[in-house]
Amino acid sequence: MTERDITIKNRAGIHARPAALIVQTAGRYDSDIYFRKDSEEISAKSIMGIITLGAGYNSVLKVVADGPDEEEAVDAVASLFESRFEEE
Amino acid sequence: MGKFTVLDLLDLDLKEHNALNLKCIGGRPGLTREIRVPDLNRPGLALNGFFENFGGERIQIFGRGETAFLNKLESEGNTEVLERFFEWEIPCVLFTHGLEPTPEFSRIAEEVQCPVLQTDLTSSDFSSRVLRALGNVFAAHETVHGVLVEVFGIGVLILGDSGVGKSEAALELVERGHRLVADDAVEIRCVSGNILLAQGANRALGHHMEVRGLGIINITHLFGVGAIRDTKQVQLVVELELWDSEKVYDRIGADERTKEILGVKVPYLQVPVKPGRNIPIIIETGSMNERLKKMGYYSAREFNQSVLKWLERENARSAYFRSRNTPPDVFGGGD
Repeated sequence: MTERDITIKNRAGIHARPAALIVQTAGRYDSDIYFRKDSEEISAKSIMGIITLGAGYNSVLKVVADGPDEEEAVDAVASLFESRFEEE
Repeated sequence: MGKFTVLDLLDLDLKEHNALNLKCIGGRPGLTREIRVPDLNRPGLALNGFFENFGGERIQIFGRGETAFLNKLESEGNTEVLERFFEWEIPCVLFTHGLEPTPEFSRIAEEVQCPVLQTDLTSSDFSSRVLRALGNVFAAHETVHGVLVEVFGIGVLILGDSGVGKSEAALELVERGHRLVADDAVEIRCVSGNILLAQGANRALGHHMEVRGLGIINITHLFGVGAIRDTKQVQLVVELELWDSEKVYDRIGADERTKEILGVKVPYLQVPVKPGRNIPIIIETGSMNERLKKMGYYSAREFNQSVLKWLERENARSAYFRSRNTPPDVFGGGD
């Protein structure tokens, strides 16, 4: 089990396009990947789940991965957030 | 399309304001002559003996003016120019206003076997009608391997490698009350600039389908005339392909993807197929979504707009609460 706190740095928050990017990235790994926000926990492989999480600018999520490639999975997802999903 | 002959022009089934009202009044053996260009020529200059840049490969229209000139030529016994005129490989000559050719003209036309046609329409009316008709005949066209089905009024062209399940998907769509236009070979023509009109490449064969395990089935007989349609505009292209786990499929649908057919852009969906995926329902929903888009409602974009608005509101709210929950340090509170 690997966990990491990540902050949303793009102004618009997680809308459809970033969500699609996350799902695409998460889909490449065999591990189960989750996002935790407050008491909610949703799969990083579900596009509607991620959008309805309502993750706005500056909010903090915890990304959790569990499985054979959990380290790489968390790195990959976190780096997406780092790069602000190629937005401003 | 094979050769388009003068006989094919006479045979065109056109109604009301498209009708050409043609009849053949001479040179019958020449009806097999081919019409190569969808264009007309009024041979005024040629009749005067000026043949430079003469459009001899076009249909020659004789209106009131030309016919009057023919009469004058003949009354003067000056018919040598007509011999030269008919030396050209003219597809046919055509008299408008129900006018008749002069005897010498008819004789030479008969001799060189050049068809003489007649219409009761005026020259200008006939010109616009025949150009319209020939425009459709000579329209850019191509035959594609796929199935065309009308789904909720939208013409859906289903493409994909053979064996991927195009016919099966179409069969289920027909079973669900939609219409088959063509299976396997779909002939598409570009008319009026940007309309792709499609029909079965061989209309004589009717609406048949080949389904693996069943063989060839007759859709009209099995499902009735309500299940078929002769021609339909292509308004959506759905490409079926085997699910490739390496490939990224569209999950949002906010970008308008199109496929170009004969230089016309058509909305395009790429649908991955795997066992247990109900393709007909996906195609049905895709067509309905296409109709929504035509009406100005774009599901994926409207959804994202709502999400952005919602995130914005949540942001504002949390900023407000944060400022309330963290009062100045004098109270010693906050986190």
